[in-house]
Amino acid sequence: MKSAIELNEIRNTFKDEVCQYTNGSIARILVGVATCGIAAGAESVISEFQEQLNQLGLSDIAITQTGCIGVCDLEPIVDVIMPGEDKVTYVRMTPEKVKKVVSNHIKNGHIVEEYTIKHILDNLNTKGLANINSTKLEEVNFFKKQKRIALKNCGIINPESIDEYIALNGYKALEKAIIEMTSKEVVDLLKESGLRGRGGGGFTTGLKWEFTAKAENDKKYVVCNADEGDPGAFMDRSILEGDPQSILEAMTIAGYAVGANKGFIYIRAEYPMAVKRLEKAISQAKEYELLGKNILGTNFSFDIELRLGAGAFVCGEETALIRSIEGERGMSVQKPPFPANSGLWGKPTLINNVETFANITQMILKGSEWFRSIGTEKSPGTKVFALGGKITNTGLVEIPMGTTLREVIYEIGGGIPHNKEFKAVQTGGPSGGCIPFTHIDSPIDYDTLTAIGSMMGSGGMIVMDEDNCMVDVAKFFLEFVSHESCGKCSPCRIGTKRLLEILTKITEGKGTIEDIDNLERLSHDIKATALCGLGQTAPNPVLSTLKYFRHEYEAHVNEHRCVAGVCKAFKSYTIKPVRCVGCGVCARVCPVHAITGVVKKPYSIDQEKCIKCGACMDQCRFEAIENTFKKERE
Amino acid sequence: MENVKKCCANQQTSKTLLKAKEELRDIKGKEGALIPALHKIQSVYGYLPEEALMLVSEELDIPITQIYGVASFYSFFSLEPKGQHIISVCLGTACYVKGAQNILERLSSELGIEEGSTTEDGKFTLQATRCIGACGLAPVIMIDEKVYGKLSSHDIPKILREYK
Ligand SMILES: Cc1cc2nc3c(=O)[nH]c(=O)nc-3n(C[C@H](O)[C@H](O)[C@H](O)COP(=O)(O)O)c2cc1C
Ligand code: SF4
Ligand code: FES
Repeated sequence: MKSAIELNEIRNTFKDEVCQYTNGSIARILVGVATCGIAAGAESVISEFQEQLNQLGLSDIAITQTGCIGVCDLEPIVDVIMPGEDKVTYVRMTPEKVKKVVSNHIKNGHIVEEYTIKHILDNLNTKGLANINSTKLEEVNFFKKQKRIALKNCGIINPESIDEYIALNGYKALEKAIIEMTSKEVVDLLKESGLRGRGGGGFTTGLKWEFTAKAENDKKYVVCNADEGDPGAFMDRSILEGDPQSILEAMTIAGYAVGANKGFIYIRAEYPMAVKRLEKAISQAKEYELLGKNILGTNFSFDIELRLGAGAFVCGEETALIRSIEGERGMSVQKPPFPANSGLWGKPTLINNVETFANITQMILKGSEWFRSIGTEKSPGTKVFALGGKITNTGLVEIPMGTTLREVIYEIGGGIPHNKEFKAVQTGGPSGGCIPFTHIDSPIDYDTLTAIGSMMGSGGMIVMDEDNCMVDVAKFFLEFVSHESCGKCSPCRIGTKRLLEILTKITEGKGTIEDIDNLERLSHDIKATALCGLGQTAPNPVLSTLKYFRHEYEAHVNEHRCVAGVCKAFKSYTIKPVRCVGCGVCARVCPVHAITGVVKKPYSIDQEKCIKCGACMDQCRFEAIENTFKKERE
Repeated sequence: MENVKKCCANQQTSKTLLKAKEELRDIKGKEGALIPALHKIQSVYGYLPEEALMLVSEELDIPITQIYGVASFYSFFSLEPKGQHIISVCLGTACYVKGAQNILERLSSELGIEEGSTTEDGKFTLQATRCIGACGLAPVIMIDEKVYGKLSSHDIPKILREYK
């Protein structure tokens, strides 16, 4: 059994392995290997490192795989830490570049300037990421405005090593909680901290823990909601892939606080790497007896089991999630009773989101005062966002609550690429809304986002520019929710279908003004009458776009025009004879052979055959193809 | 000759069935065992064939109607066999706003099938999926386990050629 003393020994032994700065004594190479890194080619980078180091007889240099550090656009990212030297971050690595880094830097001590983050960013001249004089990632603007609590270890430690986690004060919070504190003290600390649930609703976590603790029963459960349903977000996955032990530790603390001995992590089956890392983390924690019977020599026992979802968005909703773990169809049920009183198999059940749990260990160690000093009064702490869409620096950011949308989008995110104009930012996923430029200076916190017609949600933040049609975006979300409705109650099952039909009608150029009014009325009806959160929030994308972008709906209906040039019914591609040089590229790429012509003479498009895919326009180097209606404004 | 073949095929299925049975053993006693069981079956067969669902019904003592209800509720479970290569087009928000719909349409016209179906030769299944966490590379598709990012629709024919 691991005692507190043994944990300290591990901390000392592994101190150097996790050291990021100059006082380290061993050479290390860190490669970010989360799903995004692998997609960008991290695995071939690692094997090239292995091969090069072997050839040079330097195979004792450790190559550590870490989680995602958050700057997706620069993957694969490699940190080289040589003894007594500053860390150097190389980005957009390839096997070719690895050869040079090994021979110049690792072997001969000469940093390969042109591959460092500084050099690459200076050349890209990316706002937000640029203006640094450092070869270190942490000093880039992208990071300076961030505050990392939930992502503290992501990209720093090897997620498959419990020792590295322990070395960075892992399991200290558990030790403190179960040895020095009573259950009630843990709950009180959480209440004082003001932490609110990061899964979307924003309910005060301390209260939820208190309700579950007070519910009398011989059996209780702790559930971690890792279903991450928002179709444009991946914060929870990054935490699980980058720092799985922190979630196990927090769930164990929760078990102690509420009086549960069993935990479940409900995770999407579509996240195979996160599943694999969690399985590994659980087995390591069991081996160290940090899960199991009589943890750290106390009489508290706790165990965690993984349960895989199966591709149903509604299972992110807590009552549906409970049904799903029980092995049923994931359909929501009426609340109350709340899970805190009657959850899994009718027993009191505490359900929290991954990121909520990711805040717990720090809070136990540093106290509620510390936590309250970050963020705003009503929304203390930080929030992780998955920043994506039409933005220069896509990736994962953790910011103190109260940071403005402008700061995130323009300073951290580097603004909109290709000199396009900002149109809206979408938060809250399918339950949220689109926020226009007029609200760009709004602070990010639960209450402000709700007040401006969106919501915090779980952390998707998608930026849209002038080329996105807001009616089409609303339709996208309605397609999603109507497909995902569990079908239990009619406002949601039938209502979302009707909303989708009306939106489709409008985007196909067949809409009327009454349709717009009907959309609005029906939306309010669904919100008022649906049984669970899915249906109650499903109309939000429609309502928020109607509120801020009604003119786009009206243009579709009255003028048969899609301002952004997205809706195909209003679009036609034509070739400008004066610009066309007759190269024939367009005819070759057209998937339906709608383009014909004679080489060196202007080509033409058969409008009957054209499916308006735009492939020709993408390929034409002479800007000879025109998309009528695009950008034609009043 | 005909007979020999048939007998081998039978042996093949019973082997898989045995493997499935083996996989179910660990799960049997668990609370809420049905969904983990279906995951196991799908990992053995690639989909949920009737014979395996009957097995689940027997082993876990759950009526087959209930199993069918659960299996058909979740989109991750498939009651039909899938193609040799599975092409998943991300239709997450980040990919969508960067033109994922065009990618899907191009794939659909290149393969001659609708989203959610399999080519006649059993080579490709085309499906839409949600965020696969590579938003930084949007729009992305995934063929089996390999991710292709920063795509435009005219990259598609070249990618498909890799698998033909
Ligand atoms: C349709 C719907 C989908 C949801 N999806 C998720 C999800 O993917 N992840 C999550 O943590 N919470 C999700 N929630 C919120 C949960 O029901 C629940 O409130 C949350 O897990 C509680 O944890 P928290 O208090 O830590 O946020 C969803 C809610 C609804 C109505
Ligand atoms: S609102 Fe939709 S998802 Fe929720 S119970 Fe009703 S039908 Fe099911
Ligand atoms: S939305 Fe496509 S990868 Fe995230």
